[in-house]
Amino acid sequence: MSLTAALGQRGTTPAPPPTARRSGYRGLVVPGVLYLVAFFVVPVAALLATSLYTSVPGGELGQYAPALRWQNYTEALAQFWPQLLRSFGFALVATLATLAIGYPMAYLIAVRARGRPTLQGVLLVLVVAPFFTSFILRTVAWKQILADDAAVVAALRWLHVLPPDGRLAATPAAVVIGLTYAFLPFMVLPLYAALERLDPRMLEAGADLYASPVTTFRTVTLPLSMPGVVAGTLLTFIPATGDYVNSSLLGNNTDTTMIGQVIDGRFFRVLDYPTAAALSVVLMVSILLLVTAYVRRTGTEDLV
Amino acid sequence: MRTARPGALVVPLFAGLGFVFLLVPVAYTVLFSFNDAGKTNLVWRGFTLDAWRNPCGAPQVCEALGNSLRVGLLATLVATTLGTMLAIALVRARFRGRSAVNLLVFLPMATPEVVLGAALVAQLLSLRVPLGFGTVVAAHVLFCISFVVVAVKARVASLDPALEEAAADLYASPWQAFWKVTFPLLLPGIGAAALLAFSLSFDDFIVTNFTSGGFVTFPKFVYVSATRGIPPQANVISSAMFAIALVLVVGTQVTQAARRRAAR
Repeated sequence: MSLTAALGQRGTTPAPPPTARRSGYRGLVVPGVLYLVAFFVVPVAALLATSLYTSVPGGELGQYAPALRWQNYTEALAQFWPQLLRSFGFALVATLATLAIGYPMAYLIAVRARGRPTLQGVLLVLVVAPFFTSFILRTVAWKQILADDAAVVAALRWLHVLPPDGRLAATPAAVVIGLTYAFLPFMVLPLYAALERLDPRMLEAGADLYASPVTTFRTVTLPLSMPGVVAGTLLTFIPATGDYVNSSLLGNNTDTTMIGQVIDGRFFRVLDYPTAAALSVVLMVSILLLVTAYVRRTGTEDLV
Repeated sequence: MRTARPGALVVPLFAGLGFVFLLVPVAYTVLFSFNDAGKTNLVWRGFTLDAWRNPCGAPQVCEALGNSLRVGLLATLVATTLGTMLAIALVRARFRGRSAVNLLVFLPMATPEVVLGAALVAQLLSLRVPLGFGTVVAAHVLFCISFVVVAVKARVASLDPALEEAAADLYASPWQAFWKVTFPLLLPGIGAAALLAFSLSFDDFIVTNFTSGGFVTFPKFVYVSATRGIPPQANVISSAMFAIALVLVVGTQVTQAARRRAAR
């Protein structure tokens, strides 16, 4: 179960001895499994079926008949591949940005503040604090922070990062900033968990062997924090790919539309269920393939 | 080790910038709950307590809040119960298909919300189930279960099975051993999982948007009003929730710190 492990279930679970009493817990899986089958497996099957439906000739808007119309996929991809690729691109950039911003934060909390539980507690509360206010309101706040007449844009123009008439509002940059912001805590927390388990004696051993701090970081800290990096990147990348709150509130709808927006629009505005379902299936399958390849490649299976 | 290395300040500096990045929008949200906004809360027009005096003053805002609270509580109750049972069985019981169940629990977490929403709505449309409170709760339970399982599993795994064996040796029935020994030890983990589930449910927009029909939750209310201007009352409600959560969390932190000091 490498995938399960990658998402943070790294508490090693020793295989329990098969005593009669322990197997008494077996029945506890039944209600949960039934629920997941009824509300996940069956709906995903319904999604697959819907993705092959065909429109009824002369039927009303939103009327479809069961069929095996595979062209739904080719047509959906032909029309919406830019939005699909853009979603993966935005999510990738945002994930790398959360890693770059989140690693120092996690390192500060787990390693530098080690042995000071109160400070660690305060910093961890600051990381999860955004969860206590509305996600949508915070996204709207970004819209105001990145607005043309706000201080951030003025400062960037003054620093010549942006041209004098440059703007952030309704640009891909704004969407990526929003995504980075939204999923940063999901990166920091697993990184913190991994770095927290790091034995400080390892770092001292590195220093004792005349490694520079940078070398110690590169050869000791970073490899040992890989489970956190993998879990964090997955927890960031997967939801970021499907997100459309950021792209619809911070973007401009032409060069920022993400696939989630398309799926939502096809379902509810155009009532084009087969295309929406086909795009959903493509998104889900691509993510599962990417995640599997990524987990294999980073070798987390061995690390766990 | 700890004394003045030249690079020693680099980490706190970058981490500090990260914290600022994380907290500025929160500060913004709280600040704009005090804005003399009128109807569109977009530019700062001066300080007022009007919205705080009258948090339900904007149409629909408190109804949406009530809906979110009801959905959140019910979804948390169901997801925590089902998830805790799954977690205990997955750690403690050996049965055929255990890895399949692990995969089944993991998959909803690895599925983007928009796909979960689309799948549920495809199923609900074909069954002609009317969208509303019930379908939103069902959908929220689905995505909360996996997170509950992960959180509780870690707790169960850290529990020494010998404790239960000791209880059995002292002639406790399995039922007694569970409720008197295992369950109390799991309770903090279950509580944390329930809080996580509630916050996931309360703040969810994407899955809710797909499964709610005309039923309006708080995030949906905010999203829909974002185009024509969010009333400051939404900021008030969000800020009040923030304050309550902060007090709760800081309170537990302080008690924990006190307990640590007492233990020393």
